[in-house]
Amino acid sequence: MADKKKKKKALDLDRRGMPKQPVDVRIRNFDEVALGYTEQLAIEEAKRCLVCKKPKCVKNCPVEIDIGAFMNVVAEGDFAAGVRILKEKNLLPAVCGRVCPQEDQCEMECALVKKKGELAIGRVERFLADWEATQDEIEVPEIPPSTGRRVAVVGGGPAGLTVAGDLIRQGHGVTIFEALHEMGGVLIYGIPEFRLPKRIVKREINYLARLGVEMITDFVIGKTRTIDSLLEEFDAVFIGSGAGLPWFMDIPGENLNGVYSANEYLTRMNLMKGYKFPDSGTPITNHKRVAVIGGGNVAMDCARTALRLGADTHIIYRRSTEELPARLEEIENAEEEGVVFQLLTLPLRYIGDERGWVKEIECLRMELGEPDASGRRRPIPIEGSETIMPFDAVICAIGNSPNPLIAQTTPGLRIGRKGNIETDDETGKTSKDRVWAGGDVATGAATVILAMGAGRKAARSIHDYLSSLPPPKSSAMG
Amino acid sequence: MFEVLESRMIVPNMHQLVFDAPAVAKAAQPGQFIIVRAEEDGERIPLSLSDWDAERGTVTAIVMNAGNTTSKIAALETGSRVPTVVGPLGNASEIDKFGSVVCLCGCYGIGSIYPVARALKAKGNTVYTIIEGRSSYLLYWEDKLRAVSDGIAHITRDGTIGFKGHVSRLGEVMASFNDRIDRVVINGCTLLMKRGSDETRSMGIKTIANLNPIMIDGTGMCGVCRVTVGKTTKFACVDGPDFDAHEVDWEELFQRRKSYVPEEARPLRTSRSEKHKCRSMKAGA
Ligand SMILES: Cc1cc2nc3c(=O)[nH]c(=O)nc-3n(C[C@H](O)[C@H](O)[C@H](O)COP(=O)(O)OP(=O)(O)OC[C@H]3O[C@@H](n4cnc5c(N)ncnc54)[C@H](O)[C@@H]3O)c2cc1C
Ligand SMILES: Cc1cc2nc3c(=O)[nH]c(=O)nc-3n(C[C@H](O)[C@H](O)[C@H](O)COP(=O)(O)OP(=O)(O)OC[C@H]3O[C@@H](n4cnc5c(N)ncnc54)[C@H](O)[C@@H]3O)c2cc1C
Ligand code: SF4
Ligand code: SF4
Ligand code: FES
Repeated sequence: MADKKKKKKALDLDRRGMPKQPVDVRIRNFDEVALGYTEQLAIEEAKRCLVCKKPKCVKNCPVEIDIGAFMNVVAEGDFAAGVRILKEKNLLPAVCGRVCPQEDQCEMECALVKKKGELAIGRVERFLADWEATQDEIEVPEIPPSTGRRVAVVGGGPAGLTVAGDLIRQGHGVTIFEALHEMGGVLIYGIPEFRLPKRIVKREINYLARLGVEMITDFVIGKTRTIDSLLEEFDAVFIGSGAGLPWFMDIPGENLNGVYSANEYLTRMNLMKGYKFPDSGTPITNHKRVAVIGGGNVAMDCARTALRLGADTHIIYRRSTEELPARLEEIENAEEEGVVFQLLTLPLRYIGDERGWVKEIECLRMELGEPDASGRRRPIPIEGSETIMPFDAVICAIGNSPNPLIAQTTPGLRIGRKGNIETDDETGKTSKDRVWAGGDVATGAATVILAMGAGRKAARSIHDYLSSLPPPKSSAMG
Repeated sequence: MFEVLESRMIVPNMHQLVFDAPAVAKAAQPGQFIIVRAEEDGERIPLSLSDWDAERGTVTAIVMNAGNTTSKIAALETGSRVPTVVGPLGNASEIDKFGSVVCLCGCYGIGSIYPVARALKAKGNTVYTIIEGRSSYLLYWEDKLRAVSDGIAHITRDGTIGFKGHVSRLGEVMASFNDRIDRVVINGCTLLMKRGSDETRSMGIKTIANLNPIMIDGTGMCGVCRVTVGKTTKFACVDGPDFDAHEVDWEELFQRRKSYVPEEARPLRTSRSEKHKCRSMKAGA
């Protein structure tokens, strides 16, 4: 982190800091860590924006929010106007303001970056969205008369929600089918409460319900019904089923008790509310020393969750600080909270006790060699550096790929090498007639805003297609 | 919400539940399962499909009251509603013309093997059913099974019906059918499946078991249902739940099923539940 942090420190000049729960308090609760800007802080920060003529920030936001325009109105204290500008482009600003990797997106090339510290765009965005939630009446846009066309959306994550929101506002009927018992995808089952409170996600989902989106949970496409069967009933289908299949490393001892996938660990905690057990039904074991394998957002979320359950928690990552793929803010938070980073370390095998529970990890130390295909320096094992460390739990957070259920049951759908559904970059069209896809299922595990961007493009293309059709015979018009 | 159209104890500790779940009923196949939550914030637990009626839109499960969540399901009253009934999950059992097939079942598996036996019979196989249990008064669905079987036999620990003793007598029981057996299918508690497959291994008969590891989502998302089959790791919910029983690492399955035993004991100490008596369950099955 040292390097990532140094870069950050030098830049964090005028930027208004984010109020947070004090470290010693927050490591004992699951409440949100970042408390959000006050009106005062938001106005001060917005005033720093230069409202550039050719803004790099807008170009680097995957959904091209008109950032200068909303900063302008926030600077004047007109929050309602700010919300309208945000919502034109972003259906889930309260979510994106919290979880976008802003340092790699909108804030990366902000004109202020060099001299004064880039504008805290995400924080102002979050402030606006949260401000709106405190208002009595959330504005619901007028929905045009029904076109009589119906679209099925598979998966209630950010991609699916965006498609649903965009199409319902064009007057099309939309039904979302979600495999789990709650809508929201990774926003509900993956990202923890202390980073993204579930009530915020639920608020956005309720908003869609108010717009008239029909949501059917506990319905697995590929099992309960196939895509082909949906096509008999709906004019178009969008697949936004995410990348939910967890990877393991295929090393000895991985099936010992106490070895989890990140998905299992986070699902038990978030979706099933394991931290409330036995008031909730699903148990989670309180471990003493937890190793989290990986260095992305998922790994940080697991580590900070385990820490809050009282474990001495270590991140084990095979590359160095610079390559940690997680958001900077989360790396910093994890470090502050006391997560130990064991970098340049590779697990070789898990060793179990006589009852079949993991008790130790054998690791190998690494050093950095020449850059590999990804441009990052390749970690090379240091011979003879094997060490054995005691741990009573391991959470494997090394990645996910798309779940094959839909691919296996949908003839005519072209699937890429990594199990992803192949789509046209511009339209989200798949190889199958009347079927679109987008988000993690097409790209592999990526980000919330990219999934939403893909949803937006697909919605546009679906709308074009539906508009090209003759009026439906059933005449459900108006 | 899904309505409970029927809920009753059919033999001690074993409950028959019929849910109103038309979409599941329409797609159901033998060997598949559903995931049910008994209440909001409740645990998701897998239950095999023991029967269904696509026209009425209903699915039937046989639930053994084994712990925290199953006791809540057992206590559901007819007319009540549960928040989740999702499925059908898992792959359908392989149904082909194999010749003579033995369906070995016990516990909740007496129910879940019924659709398998029915489909095997319809495909033209000779079907022999062997029902295993502690005592005759714990056995159920005999009529249903008889209707789809060419022969039926029992093994009870107390000898109140059929052969007296354990699954270790499987060889003799099978011999009583006087037929060459081409395949064995086993549904029920883990211990029954393991012991049954130990017997058939020495007889060299291909054997399929319907595995029951701990599950959460049932769609391949969490990986908690990992089982080792033929040295490779499989997710029982999407790769199974049927597997070649002779390839399964049974010790690992027993161990993994015990992951949450200390935690699950907590709510039980505070909430009353019928004490379950099936011995194989106690062994962690
Ligand atoms: C722990 C964690 C932390 C993350 N942190 C960040 C972060 O800080 N910032 C960021 O930008 N991104 C982050 N991400 C990544 C981000 O959450 C994903 O890129 C994004 O959610 C992808 O959206 P999606 O709509 O494509 O898929 P998902 O959010 O995965 O939603 C897919 C939905 O489809 C459902 N589904 C799947 N199969 C079926 C089926 N057959 N039938 C019906 N429904 C189905 C799933 O249950 C799920 O609800 C994180 C991811 C994880 C796991
Ligand atoms: C594919 C499949 C089909 C099944 N079919 C049936 C059925 O038709 N009827 C029936 O009565 N039971 C069935 N089971 C077993 C049933 O799911 C468990 O008995 C139930 O989950 C126990 O929950 P509990 O809270 O009541 O018990 P607990 O007190 O939680 O535990 C009792 C034992 O059940 C096992 N168990 C706990 N949680 C789960 C879980 N989420 N998934 C699987 N096992 C678990 C553990 O090994 C534990 O030792 C099936 C299991 C699987 C995987
Ligand atoms: S949506 Fe994300 S990338 Fe775009 S402006 Fe907001 S925080 Fe930045
Ligand atoms: S680049 Fe920075 S300063 Fe310029 S408009 Fe965007 S946020 Fe404002
Ligand atoms: S139950 Fe989660 S992957 Fe099988």
